[in-house]
Amino acid sequence: MANRGTERVKRGMAEMQKGGVIMDVVNAEQAKVAEAAGAVAVMALERVPSDIRAAGGVARMADPTITEEVMNAVSIPVMAKARIGHIVEARVLEAMGVDYIDESEVLTPADDVYHLNKSDYTVPFVCGCRNLGEAARRIGEGASMLRTKGEPGTGNIVEAVRHMRQVQSEIRKVTGMSRDEVMTYAKEIGAPFELLLQIREEGRLPVVNFAAGGIATPSDAALMMELGADGVFVGSGIFKSDNPEKFAKSIVEATTHYTDYKLIAELSKDLGTAMKGLEMSTLAASDRMQDRSE
Amino acid sequence: MNTIGVLALQGAVREHIRSIQDCGVYAIEIKHVEQLEEIDGIILPGGESTTMRRLIDSYGFLTALQEFGKQGKPVFGTCAGLILMANEIDGENAHLGLMDMKVARNAFGRQVASFEVDLEINYVAEDFNAVFIRAPYIVEVGTDVEELATYDGRIVAAQQGHYLCTAFHPELTDDNRIIEYFVEMVNKSKQSLAS
Repeated sequence: MANRGTERVKRGMAEMQKGGVIMDVVNAEQAKVAEAAGAVAVMALERVPSDIRAAGGVARMADPTITEEVMNAVSIPVMAKARIGHIVEARVLEAMGVDYIDESEVLTPADDVYHLNKSDYTVPFVCGCRNLGEAARRIGEGASMLRTKGEPGTGNIVEAVRHMRQVQSEIRKVTGMSRDEVMTYAKEIGAPFELLLQIREEGRLPVVNFAAGGIATPSDAALMMELGADGVFVGSGIFKSDNPEKFAKSIVEATTHYTDYKLIAELSKDLGTAMKGLEMSTLAASDRMQDRSE
Repeated sequence: MNTIGVLALQGAVREHIRSIQDCGVYAIEIKHVEQLEEIDGIILPGGESTTMRRLIDSYGFLTALQEFGKQGKPVFGTCAGLILMANEIDGENAHLGLMDMKVARNAFGRQVASFEVDLEINYVAEDFNAVFIRAPYIVEVGTDVEELATYDGRIVAAQQGHYLCTAFHPELTDDNRIIEYFVEMVNKSKQSLAS
């Protein structure tokens, strides 16, 4: 008998995205540009993170018209964002047949205590993390894929780097621990004990971990791969640049050949202006999307 | 010793490398066309076929992979790899055109329709845990192509001489029987190419 929505089928979907770039798009035209450039998936949104940041107010699930338009325009997988803890937005996206749901801090959280119990769903989920504890809690809730949070919509790579380094460093730490040390560490970082034991055994997370939140250039994408990301999400970086087609293609190639520095030099030539970035110290605490969930 | 390559432009490369190594064979990631000279067989992994095609074109892999196959060296495609190998794709242009078959992409539906099921695969296994992810299937095959497995009346694994393909992902399980079958294909081809 065929089984749908199993852990293997949900996590496996993310495994197929590895080494690829997932791009934020707000309409069918952008989705087609992303697909032609070699994106492995698109994230259908009403506004890219930098515009969400500029607009302020409450950010919610996109109008289903936009999501459907994108789904009809491309043959690659389509992801969409639901607010953290918003059971109905998630169920609506699942009913529409989106391929992956991002339970995302880029939108205003609907529940400031509980995340979705993602194991309940047939559709797989991706969630953000800043450290191993947060990563393990999301996996415990049933996330089939992770992405380091970074700081979305800033075009500044520093937070994405911080979070990827943090997760990788904690994985290395747990790999060298004795079993009795793992229990205390699990308590300290608020991670499920059994999951930490598994990570200690395998030396890596049981799900794919992409980088997100601030990637604006081909070199940024390659940097995140170098630091151990399985792939990258590029939000505002592509369609807020001068030449989206060229940026998109260059970021895809830099992600595949992330240690071929001569190639990355070629890819970075005459790209035009990247998105205007934000310095972290200019962000008020209330504007930091990464701190909206733990 | 034989060496099997995994096309490493995008997709589930790591899993295939692991399963080849589990079979006691040397495995390398193929990122440049020159590396094709170092290997006796190649696996085209699962991933996004549109992404792989764009990168195949960027780095001159299209004719290089076709030449590789024409030399009689075995090629095994899983999911996106199967799509790359077909000489006809429903509604789209074909890619490598190595196998005489027509395929349909995402033919079982979107991700929520992805599934796993136990399958019988000719010459390989009676109970293979097959994982289908936004999977294609083979609509029809030419006379030289042998069907190895079907699910729900659709062809999901096939072989044409030294070419092998599956619509599902053997690399997502610990069951190496189909990789062992491919390793044997590589052994035989190397012997016959040497003689």
